[in-house]
Amino acid sequence: MGGYSLSDLWSILVMQGFSGLSLFSVLLLMALGLAIIFGQMGVINMAHGEFMTIGAYTIYFFSKITEKYFPGLMPFYFVVAIIAAFSIAFLIGYLVEYVLIRHLYKRPLDTLLATWGLSLIMQQIFRSMFGAREVSATLPNWLMGSWKPTPDIDIPLNGLFVMAMSIVVTLVVVLFLYRSNWGLKVRATTQNRIMAGAVGINTRKIDRITFATGCGIAGIAGACFTTIASTGPTSGSLYIVDTFLVVVFGGSASLFGTVASAFTIAQAQSILTFFMTNAMGKVVTLLAIIIILMMRPEGLFTSKVRK
Amino acid sequence: MPSKKSMLPTNYSAVLSGGAMPTRKKIAFAVAGTLFFALTASSYGAGPATSQVDTTHLAVTDTEVTVGQLHSSTGTMAISETGAIEAERLAISQINAMGGVLGRKIKVIQEDGASDWPTFAEKAKKLLEENRVAAIFGCWTSASRKAVLPVLERDNGLLYYPTFYEGLEQSKNVVYTGQEATQQVFAGLDWVSKTKNAKTFYLIGSDYIWPRTTMKLARKYIETVLHGKVVGEEYAALGSTDFGSTINKIRLKKPDVIYAAVVGGSNVSWFKQMKAAGINGKDHTLLTLSVTEDEAKGIGGENLVGFYSAMKYFQSLNTPRNETFVKEFKVMWGAGAPVGDVTQAAYEGPWIWKAAVEKAGSFDTDKVAKAEESGTISFDAPEGMVYLEPNHHLKTKLRIGEWRTDGQADIVYTSGYIMPNPFPKGY
Repeated sequence: MGGYSLSDLWSILVMQGFSGLSLFSVLLLMALGLAIIFGQMGVINMAHGEFMTIGAYTIYFFSKITEKYFPGLMPFYFVVAIIAAFSIAFLIGYLVEYVLIRHLYKRPLDTLLATWGLSLIMQQIFRSMFGAREVSATLPNWLMGSWKPTPDIDIPLNGLFVMAMSIVVTLVVVLFLYRSNWGLKVRATTQNRIMAGAVGINTRKIDRITFATGCGIAGIAGACFTTIASTGPTSGSLYIVDTFLVVVFGGSASLFGTVASAFTIAQAQSILTFFMTNAMGKVVTLLAIIIILMMRPEGLFTSKVRK
Repeated sequence: MPSKKSMLPTNYSAVLSGGAMPTRKKIAFAVAGTLFFALTASSYGAGPATSQVDTTHLAVTDTEVTVGQLHSSTGTMAISETGAIEAERLAISQINAMGGVLGRKIKVIQEDGASDWPTFAEKAKKLLEENRVAAIFGCWTSASRKAVLPVLERDNGLLYYPTFYEGLEQSKNVVYTGQEATQQVFAGLDWVSKTKNAKTFYLIGSDYIWPRTTMKLARKYIETVLHGKVVGEEYAALGSTDFGSTINKIRLKKPDVIYAAVVGGSNVSWFKQMKAAGINGKDHTLLTLSVTEDEAKGIGGENLVGFYSAMKYFQSLNTPRNETFVKEFKVMWGAGAPVGDVTQAAYEGPWIWKAAVEKAGSFDTDKVAKAEESGTISFDAPEGMVYLEPNHHLKTKLRIGEWRTDGQADIVYTSGYIMPNPFPKGY
């Protein structure tokens, strides 16, 4: 790259590195909820994107309320709104599991169809409630702009925030799954449902909570995305393909696989789109994923489940 | 299907004037007909006889004319098309309040294209063949228009299309009330190169026909007329939400102007991520072709402030005509509803149709199209006077708006009238 000074190239390198990490945390945050639902329960939830949209609209709703009634609290509303985003998505997920999903556990292909239908219904509900136009939540100042360690380097603050959130959420999920009583029961149910039931685990209840937790995490993801992307009735559908890609590529039953896969895809895509055009970068990434999946159909990491 | 035909209101007058019907039934019809007129004809029905204004079996009665409205009210495009639906409804209700078209009240049949192009074609066919509508106000994306076009030409229908688009099209059956690419691109580039002394340009768009054609025109104009340099040209997949690498490339190339045509959900991500990466209106010049007040609402004014849009209309346009229009629009659709470029262009559709029909003295497609090609149709639109040229496009001005934090734009430049030229030579 002739004509560029060394310091120019250095700051681009730093920012490019950060943009890869930022995409990684976006993908990870999207995929975590799905990894739990798809990975642990085998349910293909096509409405995952819409649960993200619930989170995004929650932020929008809170920002409007705060702006109108408690303008002094603007810097702090976001924290409350994220908790609300999780709770609302969790509750709706709980309800959906009870009404819809639990009747379809033995028919995985029907869950695909049912959750797709659910996603259409949810999109129309968003449209009726918030209108067809995209909306934009007013963000607190600490989430906007960039951090400048040197005059040439701009690190987006919202990117840092999404990164921090994805680290926190991942740690919490890992702790819950591998260190808590609930996680033990979830893993037992995944590995052998009948035996888990026989030793006194209420597998139906575990299913419900697992599904709702996955949806709640999607809500958090959606809440974070309002800071970097759009909020509209169909915003969720922008993410659903990438989300499945990460989960399937990582190996559906492994949380570590999801992390590794999000990292690989994000870095590949980010570096390739820098050196090629945007579209070509995506094409090459997808081709690579297809080839790897042909060689390793179960994804990067497979957990040892008795077949 | 003969049964379908007898259900049409068109044949109502034929029924009244007799035919092979038993006398008793005829009398019953006549009585019902009189009652019907007594109820509805209080303000309409003063125009010329139906047999004169409709010789092609359109849905025209002595008191009513039926038109179709074909936009997406569901699906991805509903975000954009809602404004157009609302504006057309406003225009139609105003025309009706003034006594309708040729003394006939306009009745609307609204169909939903559902953001799906084959559905658009199917619904257009339904409107033209089953409902026999006199005109269709509709479509938003070029893809939907291209899907509807063969149906229009086969069934000889009329379409009034509101969106700014890539040009390279002209049909007897379509009136384009938005700008074609040369109207939107050249004057804007002239302005930016002059006022900002810009030499280097970075082009970025979404990956489909409109941005690609528009950028092709822009590149040629920059290189041959402005003697500037295109330092990057890039297209992002529709719906793509990650612009990190693209923004870094722009930082590295340091163009004088970022020239953008990104659409939909990607548009929001693009502006939010630019703002976050420290690219803002204060020290960078960005001219976009795809942000109207509608998009600004989703993007958020704080992410747009200081950037420029090239459009023929902005809500903030400071003329009495426009202030009335904006007020009427808000009364009908609520104070929160923004009025963007396409919304205003959609508002022009029914008025242009009315003017053409009245000039032709007929609803027949061929006569209306002939009137449209006469070069004498004009309309005092909110954007100012617009003139319908024989090539079915409008002669209009181009404006550059600078975005404010409240999601409105200050108009910083207005061009002279620009002739539409859908088939530019040498491009």
